[in-house]
Amino acid sequence: MPAADAIGEAGPVPATPPATSPAFGTLALRWYRLNRGGLRATAIGIISLIVFLLAWHLLTTYRVVFFVRFTNVPSPLAVYASFTKAIHDPKFLLHVLLSCRRIFFGFSLAAIVAVPLGLIMGRFKLVHEIIFPVAEVLRPIPAIAWVPMAIMLWPTNEQSIVYITFLGSFFPILVNTLHGMSLVDPVLVRAAQCLGARERSIFRDVYFPASLPHIFTGLTVGMGVAWVSLIAAEMISGQYGIGYFTWEAYSLVQYADIALGMIAIGVLGLGSSMLIRGAGQLVMPWRLK
Amino acid sequence: MSEIVAKAPQGHIEVRNFSLSYDSIEGPVQAVTETQIHVKPGEFVSIVGPSGCGKSTLLNAVAGFLKPTTGIVTVDGEKVNGPSAERGMVFQQYSLFPWKTVRENVEFGLKMRGMPRSQRERAARTLLGLAGLEAFEKHYPEKLSGGMKQRVGIVRALATGPKVLLLDEPFGALDAQTRVIMQQILTNMWQRLKISVLFVTHDIDEAIFLSDRVYCMTARPGSIKAEIPIPLERPRQQSMMMSSEFLALRRGLMSLIREESIKAMGGEITDLGMQGLNIQLHGASLADVI
Ligand SMILES: Nc1ncnc2c1ncn2[C@@H]1O[C@H](COP(=O)(O)OP(=O)(O)OP(=O)(O)O)[C@@H](O)[C@H]1O
Ligand SMILES: [Mg+2]
Repeated sequence: MPAADAIGEAGPVPATPPATSPAFGTLALRWYRLNRGGLRATAIGIISLIVFLLAWHLLTTYRVVFFVRFTNVPSPLAVYASFTKAIHDPKFLLHVLLSCRRIFFGFSLAAIVAVPLGLIMGRFKLVHEIIFPVAEVLRPIPAIAWVPMAIMLWPTNEQSIVYITFLGSFFPILVNTLHGMSLVDPVLVRAAQCLGARERSIFRDVYFPASLPHIFTGLTVGMGVAWVSLIAAEMISGQYGIGYFTWEAYSLVQYADIALGMIAIGVLGLGSSMLIRGAGQLVMPWRLK
Repeated sequence: MSEIVAKAPQGHIEVRNFSLSYDSIEGPVQAVTETQIHVKPGEFVSIVGPSGCGKSTLLNAVAGFLKPTTGIVTVDGEKVNGPSAERGMVFQQYSLFPWKTVRENVEFGLKMRGMPRSQRERAARTLLGLAGLEAFEKHYPEKLSGGMKQRVGIVRALATGPKVLLLDEPFGALDAQTRVIMQQILTNMWQRLKISVLFVTHDIDEAIFLSDRVYCMTARPGSIKAEIPIPLERPRQQSMMMSSEFLALRRGLMSLIREESIKAMGGEITDLGMQGLNIQLHGASLADVI
């Protein structure tokens, strides 16, 4: 129990900001002090990226062979050259766009089904008892193992790839939502009850917001698995998509494009996780530090 | 703020022939037996007793979270059949909704009652003002100190204009200074709203300082060991805690509780366990020392 802070216990005495605005130099210094940790992390991050690129450059230009063979690995400059070419190539952009679309549909469907299902399973024992065993049996099957089955199940290739993506993100979202529901503090439910809340509002105002942090954990993990599943599915059965692009580059012996495909996948994956994190901060303002 | 203040004196709590046992693997655990208590409209009543004697059990039954095994709980003659906004509750763990701002927390009960937004915003602001919290209405609970959180908890419970207010060791987690301020705030609110209060605590001074009457419970299975009226005049001042009247009440209650606490701890006490109690056993049994 931290000691009660002075402002709090003496009643409302909000801290008054200084009346005169301090000189720019003072402000800059203060900003620097407050953000020192962040600046340091950014600086070190940039340096480590540069070192990585440099090592990559040296290893490939000198074609180092030391157990691992860098003979055919494209250099960063070669990848950069193929990147500048690719961004003007409508076909490459189509690959990226199609992958993004598949992620969007597969992931959104998973979220739309898994979150409400998890909430309902967490609240109603019978639903949990019916669905949980089936979910537990299907859950360990990797999405890639579903590829042949998916091709049989769905009329078009596109649908089966979206289905694989859906499956990949579905279970992490469901499991985390369930976990969040199981951790809801019963005292908060009681507090709501003796303020006159009925089942509906207890669900909406207690269970749902209390589970949100775990739901967002599930969404983040689910997004990662969605990309893994998508790329695998595209490599096996696609005709388009960034996974197919990467595999095709290998078949066509365009080594720079392999690395370009990989980097594109990494950047897209990072971007989509950041989107989810941003959404989480928007939806859960109380968790902002 | 007319919509918040209770109208006629209401909030007569009655607990008759009450007993409650929990189910466990080893069979039923009798938590409370043969208990009768009552709180008159507008009265401030405390329950004290050794740890684990069933204070929370009794309070939760009045709140409607637990069903009595035997006996009956009524408020104004109506049987308690589950939680309701008529009986406000304040918990030791604050139990504010972390995802709601201070004002939204206070508004929650009013929203459940279907009060329009502008009206409940005004009501919440007024109440927060009474507790000196208007500057924090937009804060999330996490940013508040313990004392402030519990003030919000009390205000939130009072917002719907309940007939009775139930508090389960509400100040147990606060430091001594904050606790004293909170006691004053609670007393002020209670006097303004003329509401009946049932207050569970293990702090004897707190019970005497706040209450019109104190029930002292026996060790588990809990029942009422004694009922002590507190004739101290109101308004009560901190200085009264040094008066001979107060100290006499304190001594009386203290010895009642000590008897029960020792019973509650039974034979489990070892030399090591007694260090904090400042009793030296020197190999003698507990019964010999007492
Ligand atoms: N759900 C439960 N199942 C079984 N036994 C329980 C349960 N809840 C409480 N008990 C037992 O019932 C007795 C009374 O519990 P209760 O919480 O009412 O005591 P208390 O007086 O509030 O204690 P404290 O001062 O520690 O808060 C305790 O001995 C406890 O072990
Ligand atoms: Mg208790």
